[in-house]
Amino acid sequence: MSGTVFERRLLTRDRGDGLLQKFWRIPWLFVLLLCAVAAVGYVALYSAGGGPDAYAAKHALRFGFGLVLMLSIAMVDIRLIARFAWLGYAVGVGLLVLVLLHGNVGKGAQRWIDIGPLQLQPSELMKIMLVLALAAWFHRASWERVGNLLFLIPPAIMVLVPVALILKQPNLGTGLITAMIGGAVFLVAGVRLWKFAIILGAVGIAAPIAYDHLRDYQKARITTFLDPESDPLGAGYNIIQSKIALGSGGLWGKGFLQGTQGHLNFLPEKQTDFIFTMIAEEFGLVGALSVLGLLTLVVLFCFLVAFRCRHQFGRLLAVGLGTNIFLYVFVNIAMVTGSIPVGGVPLPLISHGGSAMLTTMLGFGLLMSVQVHRDAEFGPARE
Amino acid sequence: MSLGKGVRREEEERRGVFTRRAIALGLGQLGLFGFLGTRLWRLQSEEGERYRTLAEENRLSARLIPPPRGQVLDRNGRVVAGNRLNWRALLVAEQTQDVGATLETFSRIVPLQDHEKARIERDVRRRRRFVPVAVREFLTWEEMARIEVNAPDLPGILIDVGTTRLYPEGEHLAHLVGYVAPPAERDMDGDPLLELPGIRVGRAGVEKHHDLALRGRAGAVQLEVNAVGRVIRELDRREGVPGQDVQLSVDAELQKALRGKIEEGTSIVVMDARNGEVLAMASQPSFDPSIFNAGVSAAQWRDWTRNRATPLINKATNGLYAPGSTFKMVVALAGLEARVVTPGDRIFCPGHLDLGDTRFHCWQRRGHGSVDMRTGIKLSCDVYFYEVAKRVGIDRIAAMANRFGLGVDLEIELPGTKRGLVPTRAWRQAQGKAWNLGDTIVHGIGQGFYQLTPLQLATMTARLATGRAVQPHVTRAINGRPVRGTRSEDWPSLGIPERDLRLMREGMWAVVNEPGGTALASRLPGPLGVMAGKTGSVQVRRISREQRERGFKTESLPREWRPHALFVAFAPYENPIYAVSVVVEHGMSGSGAAAPLARDTLVEVFNRFRAPPAPPPTPGQRVAEGPRT
Repeated sequence: MSGTVFERRLLTRDRGDGLLQKFWRIPWLFVLLLCAVAAVGYVALYSAGGGPDAYAAKHALRFGFGLVLMLSIAMVDIRLIARFAWLGYAVGVGLLVLVLLHGNVGKGAQRWIDIGPLQLQPSELMKIMLVLALAAWFHRASWERVGNLLFLIPPAIMVLVPVALILKQPNLGTGLITAMIGGAVFLVAGVRLWKFAIILGAVGIAAPIAYDHLRDYQKARITTFLDPESDPLGAGYNIIQSKIALGSGGLWGKGFLQGTQGHLNFLPEKQTDFIFTMIAEEFGLVGALSVLGLLTLVVLFCFLVAFRCRHQFGRLLAVGLGTNIFLYVFVNIAMVTGSIPVGGVPLPLISHGGSAMLTTMLGFGLLMSVQVHRDAEFGPARE
Repeated sequence: MSLGKGVRREEEERRGVFTRRAIALGLGQLGLFGFLGTRLWRLQSEEGERYRTLAEENRLSARLIPPPRGQVLDRNGRVVAGNRLNWRALLVAEQTQDVGATLETFSRIVPLQDHEKARIERDVRRRRRFVPVAVREFLTWEEMARIEVNAPDLPGILIDVGTTRLYPEGEHLAHLVGYVAPPAERDMDGDPLLELPGIRVGRAGVEKHHDLALRGRAGAVQLEVNAVGRVIRELDRREGVPGQDVQLSVDAELQKALRGKIEEGTSIVVMDARNGEVLAMASQPSFDPSIFNAGVSAAQWRDWTRNRATPLINKATNGLYAPGSTFKMVVALAGLEARVVTPGDRIFCPGHLDLGDTRFHCWQRRGHGSVDMRTGIKLSCDVYFYEVAKRVGIDRIAAMANRFGLGVDLEIELPGTKRGLVPTRAWRQAQGKAWNLGDTIVHGIGQGFYQLTPLQLATMTARLATGRAVQPHVTRAINGRPVRGTRSEDWPSLGIPERDLRLMREGMWAVVNEPGGTALASRLPGPLGVMAGKTGSVQVRRISREQRERGFKTESLPREWRPHALFVAFAPYENPIYAVSVVVEHGMSGSGAAAPLARDTLVEVFNRFRAPPAPPPTPGQRVAEGPRT
């Protein structure tokens, strides 16, 4: 198994870099960017809660905790992370199984489990663990090797197992997102494009059949997406009210704490899924585009890390993590603007929620570890 | 760095693939973010205005504040339709933890029936938890006190005050004042006020006629509401305009006194002859108008509609009668105007008039002998008026009747008032029948097809007394501002020579005050003044010649076949102020049943109005000299 076994000699030498040197290699500008995004979240949650007590204070606390976690992970040697990627993947799948057996039911789906005070959504964690495992799998693989169909069967299974488990919850949105993240890693790892074409074609044929097996609320989401006005008080209500809130914000917004749609509870779940709407209503197009800009910078940074990295593991990891963040942001904003069907996808670092914050910061920690250890040399694979 | 050459080449190869594909992926993601940006631009900038409007609609909720309904007052300022505070106990479900327990406690203080509890619980379930639900209306003072004292044990209960319509005079003024009821679909005239729960609109009488003035205009509060409709705060308040008070010309005391004198089927109208103000308008039987306020039960409705005495119908305005001999002055005036008869022309009454085979009888079988116009009125000689009618023709009689307000719409403020009917040749022809001379003769004594209301008869009398085309009205002022025609000069002259009118009045004076007059027994007691009047009685059923010849007596008829009794009068004779009409259904004879009632009415009126109730009459109006005897 290539990529899982390392030269002990190289590992020890790299540790010699010392914690201090590593600390200085942390991309502090990026940390500042994350703080800015989290600050936006604080402001928005302050407004959503009508004060700091309801959401904003907790959000700040969680972000602080997340920062510590992120910086700690940033110091962990990337090769060590690569070595334990499998373990992480196994834990992720285990939790997914656990959530199916003992999870708490929300909206007809089993999605989270209680770990002490924390509500963990294993599907969120799984996305990161999947990226890790796939990066580890493709780390050593040469162009020729990736072209081999047999070589692709294990990673395909690695993607399909958690996706199947998530769909079983059932959580269509996260399932699809997980599959897309896997697909992104496959793509940059060098899997031949015609294989993607075949997969996409197959999905295109299977989708109508799959539609019949969707739950009613999932079908409702799709049909109301196609025509939200058809059911203005039912499933279409959220989309319509969100669009009203966004649109009424105009160019400059109604002002901090002045959003009528949000404060009069016309906005559903304004502290989680619809937090972006809240921002756009109170701060207008200018505010909304600024937030979108900040999040674009975050995703962009992930790609920059990937380009600067000198090992394939780091590159794949960084792109996978970046795509994860991208999909969060895109799906969330597309959802609240009525561009795609509604699905419970939070806005990273801004939406209220401990589990999402934890996994997001875990992901950024891994990303930073890639950045800190961008020059780390993995020993030659034991052939 | 001990990587082999092949490894390095391999590394560069896949790094190249990675870089190309990652750039493509990144650009793709950037493109999708760009799509989101344009989407936001479209929503927030281009369509922003539209969505702003939608957000405002979401946020704002206008609520109407019902204005207090105006009061109806009698001519002395006494409230005859007012508003009573209606203290209600309401329940706000969200303010109590257990609705059932609160109701249980409440019913120990103010007993609630099981069906009331069921209704309350149903209302609570149907409405949002912050919307108050009525628990009990019309609380007494004592009940309220008990609720207040126990307030700590009654979470969610609050006491609220609304209004309900109150008619202190009850059935005495019901026909005039009318009543209010919840608006029906057809009442919706676009006034948003009518959509308020608990609002009432006038459905009859003055309440209906002056509904717009009485109703007032609704105020409004603009409220900010949240997604479930709860009020967050008040943004704007616009006070409404309270309903205006309507003052009637009617004297409630007089009305009550008159109604005390009459039986079923009788109606009395008392007008101020100078300006048409209706001082009293009594009709028996009547109804309690406040029943409509709360809703009429099916049993009550059946009771009213099956009652042959028609309590809901105001006989003074909607009862239709032939005028009988009270009509004779009109015939006389028509004859004078047409110059087919002069006051001094004498007509011999042998007790009947023959026209071909038909014999028309005078009420006095023995005949009145030679009769001039004044005597004709005084004795109510039928033959005299048969002859005059024969000469003048029905159409000229009808035209004169219309000038006296008979068979025309008098535009009184009582909706549904009947117009009545004065027949003409053309009217008969429209029915496909021919008018013949016999018809004219019968109509010369006020019998036949006439359908006139007591109000029209009173108006006729007022016009005879004053020579002016006064119209009856019941409104004196709205919000303190006088309405049309309170002065005599407001009304145009009838255009009938004063000389002719004076002759009519003299005849009517003689009816009451001269020996031989048909209503001599009913003259007013000395000091009050002098009444002039005219009796009338109309057959309800034709009496055949055979019956007559067998010595027919109307007393032997069953009640509903007996003739109606009528009397019209004005007083004081020298200076007419009051015009009265009395109709006693099946009262047998005007002199026997109606005239005494008219006398009692005027006694009551003089006692009520020791000083004249309205501005002094115009000098030209007076009858200067006393009657010729």
